[in-house]
Amino acid sequence: MTMWIAVLLACVACFALKFVGYLVPESWVSGGRTSRITTLLPVALLAGLLAVQTLVGSGGSLVIDARVGAIAVAIVLLLLRANFIIVVLAAAVVAGVLRALGVMA
Amino acid sequence: MTTPQTALAPERRRDVLRQSWSVGVATGAYGVSFGALSVAAGLDVLQTQALSTLMFTGGSQFAFVGIIAAGGLAAAPAAIATAALLGLRNGLYAIQNALFLGVRGPRRVAAAQLTIDESTAVGIAQPEPAAQRLGFWHTGIAVFLFWNLATLAGSLLGNALGDPRRWGLDAAAAAAFCALLWPRLRGRDPIATAVLAIFIALLSAPFVPAGVSVILSAVAALVVALGGTQRPDRPDRPTSDGHGHLVGEGPLP
Repeated sequence: MTMWIAVLLACVACFALKFVGYLVPESWVSGGRTSRITTLLPVALLAGLLAVQTLVGSGGSLVIDARVGAIAVAIVLLLLRANFIIVVLAAAVVAGVLRALGVMA
Repeated sequence: MTTPQTALAPERRRDVLRQSWSVGVATGAYGVSFGALSVAAGLDVLQTQALSTLMFTGGSQFAFVGIIAAGGLAAAPAAIATAALLGLRNGLYAIQNALFLGVRGPRRVAAAQLTIDESTAVGIAQPEPAAQRLGFWHTGIAVFLFWNLATLAGSLLGNALGDPRRWGLDAAAAAAFCALLWPRLRGRDPIATAVLAIFIALLSAPFVPAGVSVILSAVAALVVALGGTQRPDRPDRPTSDGHGHLVGEGPLP
Protein backbone atom coordinates (compact mmCIF):
# COMPACT_ATOMS: atom_id res chain seq x y z
CA MET A 1 0.00 0.00 0.00
CA THR A 2 1.36 3.44 -0.87
CA MET A 3 0.86 6.45 1.41
CA TRP A 4 -1.57 7.97 -1.10
CA ILE A 5 -3.77 4.87 -1.10
CA ALA A 6 -3.78 4.82 2.70
CA VAL A 7 -4.69 8.53 2.85
CA LEU A 8 -7.50 8.17 0.31
CA LEU A 9 -8.94 4.99 1.88
CA ALA A 10 -9.07 6.70 5.28
CA CYS A 11 -10.73 9.76 3.73
CA VAL A 12 -13.34 7.63 1.96
CA ALA A 13 -14.11 5.73 5.18
CA CYS A 14 -14.58 8.93 7.19
CA PHE A 15 -16.75 10.56 4.51
CA ALA A 16 -18.89 7.42 4.14
CA LEU A 17 -19.60 7.41 7.88
CA LYS A 18 -20.73 11.05 7.70
CA PHE A 19 -22.87 10.45 4.60
CA VAL A 20 -24.57 7.28 5.85
CA GLY A 21 -25.87 9.30 8.80
CA TYR A 22 -28.03 11.32 6.38
CA LEU A 23 -29.57 8.16 4.95
CA VAL A 24 -30.53 6.07 7.98
CA PRO A 25 -33.61 6.68 10.14
CA GLU A 26 -33.03 8.13 13.58
CA SER A 27 -34.49 5.06 15.30
CA TRP A 28 -31.38 3.07 14.31
CA VAL A 29 -29.23 4.68 16.95
CA SER A 30 -31.58 5.81 19.67
CA GLY A 31 -31.09 3.35 22.45
CA GLY A 32 -28.96 3.63 25.54
CA ARG A 33 -26.45 0.92 24.76
CA THR A 34 -25.53 2.18 21.27
CA SER A 35 -25.14 5.76 22.44
CA ARG A 36 -23.01 4.65 25.41
CA ILE A 37 -20.63 2.75 23.14
CA THR A 38 -20.36 5.62 20.64
CA THR A 39 -19.74 8.10 23.47
CA LEU A 40 -17.00 6.00 25.06
CA LEU A 41 -15.31 4.87 21.82
CA PRO A 42 -13.44 8.17 21.22
CA VAL A 43 -12.42 8.22 24.90
CA ALA A 44 -10.88 4.72 24.61
CA LEU A 45 -9.10 5.43 21.31
CA LEU A 46 -7.73 8.82 22.39
CA ALA A 47 -6.50 7.35 25.68
CA GLY A 48 -4.86 4.48 23.78
CA LEU A 49 -3.22 6.95 21.37
CA LEU A 50 -2.02 9.10 24.28
CA ALA A 51 -0.47 6.06 26.01
CA VAL A 52 1.28 4.81 22.86
CA GLN A 53 2.55 8.25 21.82
CA THR A 54 3.89 8.99 25.30
CA LEU A 55 5.39 5.70 26.48
CA VAL A 56 5.98 3.37 23.53
CA GLY A 57 9.31 3.49 21.71
CA SER A 58 10.53 1.84 18.54
CA GLY A 59 9.70 -1.86 18.30
CA GLY A 60 6.86 -1.52 20.81
CA SER A 61 9.04 -1.39 23.92
CA LEU A 62 7.99 0.84 26.80
CA VAL A 63 10.36 3.78 27.30
CA ILE A 64 10.48 6.83 29.52
CA ASP A 65 11.91 9.80 27.64
CA ALA A 66 11.36 13.53 27.17
CA ARG A 67 7.77 12.88 26.05
CA VAL A 68 6.79 11.93 29.61
CA GLY A 69 8.09 15.25 30.95
CA ALA A 70 6.21 17.07 28.20
CA ILE A 71 2.92 15.31 28.97
CA ALA A 72 3.28 16.05 32.69
CA VAL A 73 3.48 19.75 31.80
CA ALA A 74 0.57 19.38 29.36
CA ILE A 75 -1.63 17.90 32.11
CA VAL A 76 -0.80 20.76 34.48
CA LEU A 77 -1.72 23.26 31.74
CA LEU A 78 -4.99 21.43 31.05
CA LEU A 79 -5.81 21.59 34.76
CA LEU A 80 -5.23 25.34 34.49
CA ARG A 81 -7.68 25.39 31.53
CA ALA A 82 -5.05 26.41 29.00
CA ASN A 83 -5.94 26.64 25.30
CA PHE A 84 -5.28 23.64 23.00
CA ILE A 85 -2.52 25.42 21.04
CA ILE A 86 -0.73 26.48 24.24
CA VAL A 87 -0.78 22.88 25.54
CA VAL A 88 0.62 21.45 22.30
CA LEU A 89 3.29 24.17 21.94
CA ALA A 90 4.38 23.87 25.57
CA ALA A 91 4.78 20.09 25.23
CA ALA A 92 7.00 20.56 22.16
CA VAL A 93 9.10 23.19 23.91
CA VAL A 94 9.53 21.06 27.06
CA ALA A 95 10.58 17.98 25.09
CA GLY A 96 12.91 20.02 22.89
CA VAL A 97 14.56 21.69 25.89
CA LEU A 98 14.93 18.41 27.84
CA ARG A 99 16.66 16.85 24.82
CA ALA A 100 18.86 19.89 24.15
CA LEU A 101 19.99 19.85 27.79
CA GLY A 102 20.57 16.09 27.62
CA VAL A 103 18.29 15.52 30.64
CA MET A 104 16.05 13.00 28.82
CA ALA A 105 16.41 11.37 25.41
CA MET B 1 -26.13 28.49 1.64
CA THR B 2 -29.49 29.19 0.09
CA THR B 3 -31.78 27.06 2.22
CA PRO B 4 -34.88 29.30 2.54
CA GLN B 5 -34.29 31.51 5.59
CA THR B 6 -37.90 31.73 6.66
CA ALA B 7 -38.31 35.04 8.49
CA LEU B 8 -35.07 35.16 10.44
CA ALA B 9 -34.79 38.70 11.86
CA PRO B 10 -31.68 40.61 10.67
CA GLU B 11 -30.22 40.88 14.18
CA ARG B 12 -30.69 37.14 14.82
CA ARG B 13 -29.06 36.41 11.48
CA ARG B 14 -26.12 38.62 12.42
CA ASP B 15 -25.79 36.87 15.80
CA VAL B 16 -25.70 33.42 14.24
CA LEU B 17 -23.18 34.50 11.60
CA ARG B 18 -20.93 36.10 14.20
CA GLN B 19 -20.98 32.94 16.31
CA SER B 20 -20.38 30.69 13.30
CA TRP B 21 -17.39 32.59 11.96
CA SER B 22 -15.75 33.15 15.33
CA VAL B 23 -15.94 29.40 15.99
CA GLY B 24 -14.54 28.84 12.50
CA VAL B 25 -11.52 31.07 13.02
CA ALA B 26 -10.78 29.78 16.54
CA THR B 27 -11.09 26.09 15.62
CA GLY B 28 -9.50 26.39 12.21
CA ALA B 29 -6.33 27.84 13.71
CA TYR B 30 -5.54 24.45 15.31
CA GLY B 31 -4.88 23.18 11.81
CA VAL B 32 -1.35 24.61 12.14
CA SER B 33 -0.45 21.91 14.68
CA PHE B 34 -2.01 19.20 12.51
CA GLY B 35 -0.06 20.31 9.43
CA ALA B 36 3.26 20.38 11.28
CA LEU B 37 2.69 16.96 12.89
CA SER B 38 1.58 15.39 9.63
CA VAL B 39 4.76 16.26 7.72
CA ALA B 40 6.79 15.22 10.78
CA ALA B 41 5.03 11.84 10.52
CA GLY B 42 6.34 11.44 6.97
CA LEU B 43 3.40 12.60 4.84
CA ASP B 44 4.11 15.24 2.21
CA VAL B 45 2.39 18.62 1.97
CA LEU B 46 -0.15 17.43 -0.60
CA GLN B 47 -1.09 14.28 1.37
CA THR B 48 -1.47 16.42 4.50
CA GLN B 49 -3.75 18.80 2.62
CA ALA B 50 -5.78 15.88 1.25
CA LEU B 51 -6.51 14.77 4.82
CA SER B 52 -7.76 18.23 5.85
CA THR B 53 -9.84 18.67 2.69
CA LEU B 54 -11.22 15.16 2.14
CA MET B 55 -11.23 13.63 5.63
CA PHE B 56 -11.96 16.91 7.45
CA THR B 57 -12.41 15.60 10.97
CA GLY B 58 -9.63 16.61 13.35
CA GLY B 59 -9.49 13.71 15.79
CA SER B 60 -9.32 11.15 12.97
CA GLN B 61 -6.65 13.17 11.16
CA PHE B 62 -4.42 13.37 14.24
CA ALA B 63 -4.92 9.64 14.88
CA PHE B 64 -4.05 8.72 11.28
CA VAL B 65 -0.75 10.65 11.20
CA GLY B 66 0.08 9.62 14.79
CA ILE B 67 -0.07 5.92 13.94
CA ILE B 68 1.85 6.45 10.67
CA ALA B 69 4.49 8.31 12.71
CA ALA B 70 4.81 5.32 15.05
CA GLY B 71 4.70 2.47 12.55
CA GLY B 72 5.25 3.90 9.09
CA LEU B 73 3.41 2.58 6.05
CA ALA B 74 3.21 -0.90 7.59
CA ALA B 75 0.82 0.56 10.18
CA ALA B 76 -1.49 2.02 7.49
CA PRO B 77 -4.33 -0.50 8.02
CA ALA B 78 -4.38 0.30 11.75
CA ALA B 79 -4.23 4.03 10.97
CA ILE B 80 -7.21 3.76 8.59
CA ALA B 81 -9.23 1.68 11.06
CA THR B 82 -8.58 4.04 13.97
CA ALA B 83 -9.44 7.12 11.89
CA ALA B 84 -12.73 5.47 10.88
CA LEU B 85 -13.62 4.45 14.45
CA LEU B 86 -12.99 8.01 15.64
CA GLY B 87 -15.08 9.32 12.73
CA LEU B 88 -18.07 7.18 13.70
CA ARG B 89 -19.50 9.96 15.88
CA ASN B 90 -19.89 12.23 12.83
CA GLY B 91 -22.41 9.71 11.51
CA LEU B 92 -24.43 10.15 14.68
CA TYR B 93 -24.31 13.93 14.29
CA ALA B 94 -25.50 13.48 10.71
CA ILE B 95 -28.59 11.58 11.87
CA GLN B 96 -29.35 14.49 14.21
CA ASN B 97 -28.62 17.20 11.63
CA ALA B 98 -30.74 15.52 8.94
CA LEU B 99 -33.80 16.40 11.05
CA PHE B 100 -33.37 20.18 10.61
CA LEU B 101 -31.24 20.44 7.45
CA GLY B 102 -33.63 18.68 5.07
CA VAL B 103 -30.95 18.21 2.39
CA ARG B 104 -31.02 16.14 -0.82
CA GLY B 105 -28.72 15.49 -3.79
CA PRO B 106 -25.43 17.47 -4.03
CA ARG B 107 -26.46 19.55 -1.03
CA ARG B 108 -26.55 16.35 1.03
CA VAL B 109 -22.98 15.50 -0.01
CA ALA B 110 -21.80 18.96 1.06
CA ALA B 111 -23.68 18.70 4.37
CA ALA B 112 -22.09 15.31 5.04
CA GLN B 113 -18.57 16.61 4.46
CA LEU B 114 -19.19 19.59 6.79
CA THR B 115 -20.67 17.39 9.54
CA ILE B 116 -18.24 17.79 12.46
CA ASP B 117 -18.40 18.66 16.17
CA GLU B 118 -18.50 22.44 15.66
CA SER B 119 -21.07 22.74 12.85
CA THR B 120 -23.36 20.35 14.73
CA ALA B 121 -22.87 22.23 18.00
CA VAL B 122 -23.67 25.66 16.56
CA GLY B 123 -26.60 24.23 14.58
CA ILE B 124 -28.37 22.45 17.40
CA ALA B 125 -27.72 25.35 19.80
CA GLN B 126 -30.16 27.57 17.85
CA PRO B 127 -33.79 27.59 18.92
CA GLU B 128 -35.41 28.12 15.46
CA PRO B 129 -34.90 25.85 12.40
CA ALA B 130 -33.87 28.69 10.05
CA ALA B 131 -31.09 29.66 12.45
CA GLN B 132 -30.10 26.01 12.91
CA ARG B 133 -29.53 25.66 9.18
CA LEU B 134 -27.71 29.00 8.94
CA GLY B 135 -25.46 28.12 11.90
CA PHE B 136 -24.63 24.65 10.59
CA TRP B 137 -23.67 25.81 7.09
CA HIS B 138 -21.70 28.89 8.06
CA THR B 139 -19.80 27.16 10.87
CA GLY B 140 -19.01 24.19 8.65
CA ILE B 141 -17.76 26.40 5.80
CA ALA B 142 -15.80 28.69 8.15
CA VAL B 143 -14.04 25.81 9.92
CA PHE B 144 -13.35 24.13 6.57
CA LEU B 145 -11.70 27.28 5.13
CA PHE B 146 -9.57 28.15 8.16
CA TRP B 147 -8.68 24.53 9.00
CA ASN B 148 -7.37 24.01 5.46
CA LEU B 149 -5.46 27.32 5.32
CA ALA B 150 -3.91 26.62 8.74
CA THR B 151 -3.00 23.07 7.69
CA LEU B 152 -1.05 24.42 4.71
CA ALA B 153 0.76 26.95 6.93
CA GLY B 154 1.56 24.17 9.43
CA SER B 155 2.87 21.68 6.89
CA LEU B 156 5.14 24.29 5.25
CA LEU B 157 6.38 25.27 8.71
CA GLY B 158 6.94 21.61 9.64
CA ASN B 159 8.94 21.05 6.45
CA ALA B 160 11.13 24.04 7.30
CA LEU B 161 11.78 22.74 10.85
CA GLY B 162 13.44 19.47 9.82
CA ASP B 163 14.09 16.76 12.45
CA PRO B 164 10.77 16.43 14.32
CA ARG B 165 12.28 14.98 17.52
CA ARG B 166 14.67 17.88 17.97
CA TRP B 167 11.71 20.27 18.11
CA GLY B 168 9.69 18.00 20.38
CA LEU B 169 7.03 17.38 17.72
CA ASP B 170 6.59 13.76 18.89
CA ALA B 171 5.68 15.10 22.33
CA ALA B 172 3.39 17.68 20.70
CA ALA B 173 1.45 14.81 19.09
CA ALA B 174 1.02 13.11 22.46
CA ALA B 175 -0.09 16.42 23.99
CA ALA B 176 -2.65 16.88 21.22
CA PHE B 177 -4.25 13.51 22.10
CA CYS B 178 -4.16 14.47 25.78
CA ALA B 179 -5.93 17.78 25.06
CA LEU B 180 -8.51 16.04 22.86
CA LEU B 181 -9.20 13.47 25.57
CA TRP B 182 -9.36 15.94 28.47
CA PRO B 183 -12.84 17.49 27.99
CA ARG B 184 -14.34 14.00 27.54
CA LEU B 185 -13.27 12.80 30.98
CA ARG B 186 -16.45 13.87 32.75
CA GLY B 187 -18.01 11.22 34.95
CA ARG B 188 -17.07 7.76 36.13
CA ASP B 189 -17.54 5.77 32.91
CA PRO B 190 -15.27 7.91 30.68
CA ILE B 191 -12.51 7.88 33.31
CA ALA B 192 -12.79 4.09 33.77
CA THR B 193 -12.71 3.70 29.98
CA ALA B 194 -9.58 5.85 29.63
CA VAL B 195 -7.69 4.02 32.39
CA LEU B 196 -8.57 0.61 30.96
CA ALA B 197 -7.67 1.75 27.42
CA ILE B 198 -4.24 2.97 28.57
CA PHE B 199 -3.54 -0.41 30.23
CA ILE B 200 -4.64 -2.36 27.15
CA ALA B 201 -2.53 -0.20 24.82
CA LEU B 202 0.62 -0.39 26.94
CA LEU B 203 0.35 -4.11 27.74
CA SER B 204 -0.27 -5.09 24.11
CA ALA B 205 2.24 -2.70 22.48
CA PRO B 206 5.30 -5.01 22.78
CA PHE B 207 3.43 -7.93 21.17
CA VAL B 208 1.50 -6.42 18.24
CA PRO B 209 2.49 -4.19 15.28
CA ALA B 210 2.44 -0.41 15.83
CA GLY B 211 -1.08 0.96 15.77
CA VAL B 212 -2.81 -2.34 16.53
CA SER B 213 -2.52 -1.67 20.27
CA VAL B 214 -4.56 1.51 19.72
CA ILE B 215 -7.34 -0.49 18.03
CA LEU B 216 -7.27 -3.03 20.86
CA SER B 217 -7.78 -0.19 23.35
CA ALA B 218 -11.24 0.34 21.80
CA VAL B 219 -12.27 -2.82 23.69
CA ALA B 220 -12.25 -0.64 26.82
CA ALA B 221 -15.28 1.26 25.48
CA LEU B 222 -17.20 -1.99 24.95
CA VAL B 223 -16.32 -3.34 28.39
CA VAL B 224 -17.41 -0.20 30.22
CA ALA B 225 -20.48 0.49 28.03
CA LEU B 226 -21.86 -3.03 28.33
CA GLY B 227 -20.71 -3.82 31.85
CA GLY B 228 -20.78 -0.42 33.54
CA THR B 229 -23.47 1.46 35.40
CA GLN B 230 -26.83 1.94 33.69
CA ARG B 231 -26.96 5.66 34.51
CA PRO B 232 -25.86 7.62 31.41
CA ASP B 233 -23.17 10.23 32.11
CA ARG B 234 -24.18 12.14 29.04
CA PRO B 235 -27.45 12.80 27.28
CA ASP B 236 -28.51 10.41 24.50
CA ARG B 237 -28.33 13.11 21.84
CA PRO B 238 -25.48 15.49 21.15
CA THR B 239 -25.91 18.64 23.23
CA SER B 240 -24.36 22.04 22.50
CA ASP B 241 -22.67 24.10 25.19
CA GLY B 242 -23.83 27.30 23.45
CA HIS B 243 -20.27 28.35 22.55
CA GLY B 244 -19.80 26.29 19.43
CA HIS B 245 -18.79 23.05 21.12
CA LEU B 246 -20.67 19.91 21.97
CA VAL B 247 -20.87 18.91 25.61
CA GLY B 248 -17.91 16.63 26.30
CA GLU B 249 -16.28 16.98 22.89
CA GLY B 250 -12.79 18.19 22.14
CA PRO B 251 -11.64 21.46 20.60
CA LEU B 252 -11.10 20.21 17.03
CA PRO B 253 -13.40 19.69 14.04
